Amino acid sequence: MIFRSTAKLILFIIGLAPLTWLVTALTCDSIYGTILMSVDPVQKLNRELGDWALIFLMVTLSVGPLSKILKRKNLIALRRMLGLLTYFYAVLHLTSYIIIDLQLDWHEFVKDVTKRNFIILGMTSVVLLTPLALTSNNISLKILGSKSWKKLHYLVYPAAIIAIIHFFMMIRADYHRPIIYASLLFALLIYRIWTIEIKNTKIISRFRSKI
Amino acid sequence: MIIRTPKSYDLKETSVTKEDIYFNRRKFLKSSLAAAAGGFLGFCPSKNLQAELQQLSYKTTKWGKTLKPSSFEAITSYNNFYEFGTDKSDPKKNSHLLKPKPWTIEVAGHVEKTGIFDFDDLVEKKTLEERIYRMRCVEAWSMVIPWIGVPLNKVIKKLNPSSKAKFVGFTTLKDPTQMPMQNTNILDWPYVEGLRIDEAMNPLTLLAVGLYGKTMPNQNGAPIRLVVPWKYGFKGIKSIVKIEFLSHKPPSSWNIQAPQEYGFYSNVNPNRDHPRWSQKKERRITGQSGFAALFDDKIDTLLFNGYAEEVAHLYKDMDLIKFF
Repeated sequence: MIFRSTAKLILFIIGLAPLTWLVTALTCDSIYGTILMSVDPVQKLNRELGDWALIFLMVTLSVGPLSKILKRKNLIALRRMLGLLTYFYAVLHLTSYIIIDLQLDWHEFVKDVTKRNFIILGMTSVVLLTPLALTSNNISLKILGSKSWKKLHYLVYPAAIIAIIHFFMMIRADYHRPIIYASLLFALLIYRIWTIEIKNTKIISRFRSKI
Repeated sequence: MIIRTPKSYDLKETSVTKEDIYFNRRKFLKSSLAAAAGGFLGFCPSKNLQAELQQLSYKTTKWGKTLKPSSFEAITSYNNFYEFGTDKSDPKKNSHLLKPKPWTIEVAGHVEKTGIFDFDDLVEKKTLEERIYRMRCVEAWSMVIPWIGVPLNKVIKKLNPSSKAKFVGFTTLKDPTQMPMQNTNILDWPYVEGLRIDEAMNPLTLLAVGLYGKTMPNQNGAPIRLVVPWKYGFKGIKSIVKIEFLSHKPPSSWNIQAPQEYGFYSNVNPNRDHPRWSQKKERRITGQSGFAALFDDKIDTLLFNGYAEEVAHLYKDMDLIKFF
């Protein structure tokens, strides 16, 4: 028990480190005139927040398979925190776009959300992650029951696919980074499907042996 | 022969300090400390690998007298020059590989003086002038840059193109040893751009060889680049090695990459949005960093980047939305 909560505390601190760094860098730039966040911090900040949302999303999705491969079940205990960190950075990414980039220009916002596909996809991904973040607590798990809770949380996969397409669409020339994310997600999906198949065949064979 | 099994307290041969290190132990200590310190310094911003920039002599002009130039730091640390990397900080880091001297430029096509010219013969040092222009990037940010250069029309007149020359095509250097990203296929190398001959002859169009009174930093397109202030920044092709006078429209790199997003003309136009973002406003990058820059108000983008008076006549009767 102590191990789990210490691990969670460490994870929480690590999870907030990127944001702490971004704010520190901006503060340094403001006070000392350095350019840690470039001379265009609007773009830099937004990109960094988006990157971190994707990184945490990938780590969250890797926890399940990793715990099985490494045979360390207690890793699963960290998944909720990772998921919430993902959502935290995704919301910050969206907020920085609306407040800092668009400067709360709602006319432009409506135009973006209705006309520009990559923004529609980005927003969709955040919308899909919202019920997951809201139900990432024990009470919701109890109310929903573990089966429907699990079903709901499968939404993370369409959200991840859409987020990566969103990343692909905002690139102009160099696709190597979204390709890395897409390959990782592909591998994770294959693993999922594969393990589900194994489970099913086990169930089937158990069923057969009963007959 | 005595066979001696080593005792547990015996020292192994490998644990003996080498004689030369022992006798030079002070020096050894110093150099190890220096190496360790060097390791730490690796975290600090690397020192400038760029060649020293030379002071240029030039005459000032009326252009941009009322504009406040962006800082030298901003202009030279925030660049789109994909030959050196796709991040805006990459060109400053990697462009030290470019050797801008000596430099030759090939002149070809429907023109009297064809051949390979030395950079200094094409751009006479004594005719240099300063032009402070707005630079609007297609990505919705902008700067104000004090360029040093010669009007392109002066160079073109000297080369004397024939009446068949309706367009001018430009080509960037292609040499992966100097431009490492040319080892990848993120763009169709070399970078190419083009102008209609009347655009090229417009008095605003500049062949720039420097900025802030000094020779061109590598990351900004050393030693010679195009500046077309009423068009989006990517039309300003860098590190030019070829100028060709053509009867047909030349290809342009971003148009090849994404024709629905980047047209041949690419005039700055707040009324024609990029498919993925609005072009109505822009972030003016002044050189200020941190929170002040983060919350700086955007400014309105002007038609032809504010140079309508000088260039609007070039496009009269043309649908600027269709011919973007």
